[in-house]
Amino acid sequence: MNGPHDLGGQMGFGPVAPEPDEPYFHAEWEERALGLTLSCGAFGAWTIDESRHARENIPPAAYLSASYYEIWIRALETLLSRHGFVTPRELAAGQSETQGALPKRVLKADMVAGVLARGGPCDRPVEAAPRFVVGQAVRTKNLNPVTHTRLPRYARAKTGVIEAVQGSFVFPDDNAHGHGENPQWVYTVVFDGLEIWGEGSDPTLTVSVDAWESYLEPV
Amino acid sequence: MSGQDHHHDHDHPHDDHHEHAHDHDHENHYSDMQARVRALETLLTEKGLVDPAAIDAIVETYETKVGPRNGARVVATAWSDPDFADWLKRDATAAISSLGYTGRQGEHMRAVFNTEETHNLVVCTLCSCYPWSVLGLPPVWYKAPAYRSRAVIDPRGVLSEFGLDLPEETKIRVWDSTAELRYLVVPVRPQGTKGWTVEQLADLVTRDSMIGTGLARQPEVLR
Repeated sequence: MNGPHDLGGQMGFGPVAPEPDEPYFHAEWEERALGLTLSCGAFGAWTIDESRHARENIPPAAYLSASYYEIWIRALETLLSRHGFVTPRELAAGQSETQGALPKRVLKADMVAGVLARGGPCDRPVEAAPRFVVGQAVRTKNLNPVTHTRLPRYARAKTGVIEAVQGSFVFPDDNAHGHGENPQWVYTVVFDGLEIWGEGSDPTLTVSVDAWESYLEPV
Repeated sequence: MSGQDHHHDHDHPHDDHHEHAHDHDHENHYSDMQARVRALETLLTEKGLVDPAAIDAIVETYETKVGPRNGARVVATAWSDPDFADWLKRDATAAISSLGYTGRQGEHMRAVFNTEETHNLVVCTLCSCYPWSVLGLPPVWYKAPAYRSRAVIDPRGVLSEFGLDLPEETKIRVWDSTAELRYLVVPVRPQGTKGWTVEQLADLVTRDSMIGTGLARQPEVLR
């Protein structure tokens, strides 16, 4: 979707504000937001792709004025309610009224180290050989789905070169919507700055994206 | 574009009154979030869905165990051991894992090496993808619109805001982390560090140098 999250090349946000000796967290609620997001992710009820899509569905004005942990919390509330773990009424009142859905697992303290160490690998084998080879020129498709995609707007309908075949991975555009993992080959595609940004682009700039095979067509 | 004006301070004279009002809003907002997140944790705990001790353990992991010291050791090892550097280039996930750094948001690693000719910069324009296993949690600026929007179109402007002005002829390669690959920049080893141990070298490797918004520190800083 062409949501507020797709920020590459937008203007008007002002300078980057690096913070010397930045603390890990700026408030106690940020710590709890991290822990809640990871704990609820461990239910196994939704995928990382679905949670990314829940974040990019936050209305633009709210998304752009929220800190990232706030974005996480807003999306988490959506996911918990969508999957039946809480009701909107319970969220509003802060009080449990019904049992609701049961997770596959509840993350306990003694499971944390193992769960974080395992992570969530999302490489998957595919039978077909890669369609593109290193050094080949490709063009990204002009895709504007209303659903989840990982092809940023600035890199659509652009010609670049396959720099690496990175392996085969779960296809987020399907997986975010419960349509299965449907793995595809992923390629690093590199573009000249001029191809993306046109006249006035930094002549020394190249930009790459990691693109699923179905985002690409041969030139 | 690359000619974008970087002198924002001059364009937007600050109005003290407005600034104070803004800070006040910011504090109110943070206390709203404090209440909202506390209510959510209470609700989920009451329903038996989360264990507050697990949340404590997650927070403790990223405050004390998983952070940029991990990545610094990877880089320092690569500087010291050409075989390791070669392995890191070919199979970063395995090479990094051999030092004990694995797990969430580091499942599929790639290391990109700065040279005298090319400077690498990592961004996630679509969300906040970041190599947690070697750098820990991302800083606020990495997840914020200013960095995510401009790193791909005006990287030199962004770098100058970090105090890094690269020579005009240096090529800049921006890696947008749009898939599940996570990128670690290996900065150029500073001159004057011959014979240094991995531990000494690691002290020169900053978090920002592994994102590409900085360079490794010069050895003088440690003397």
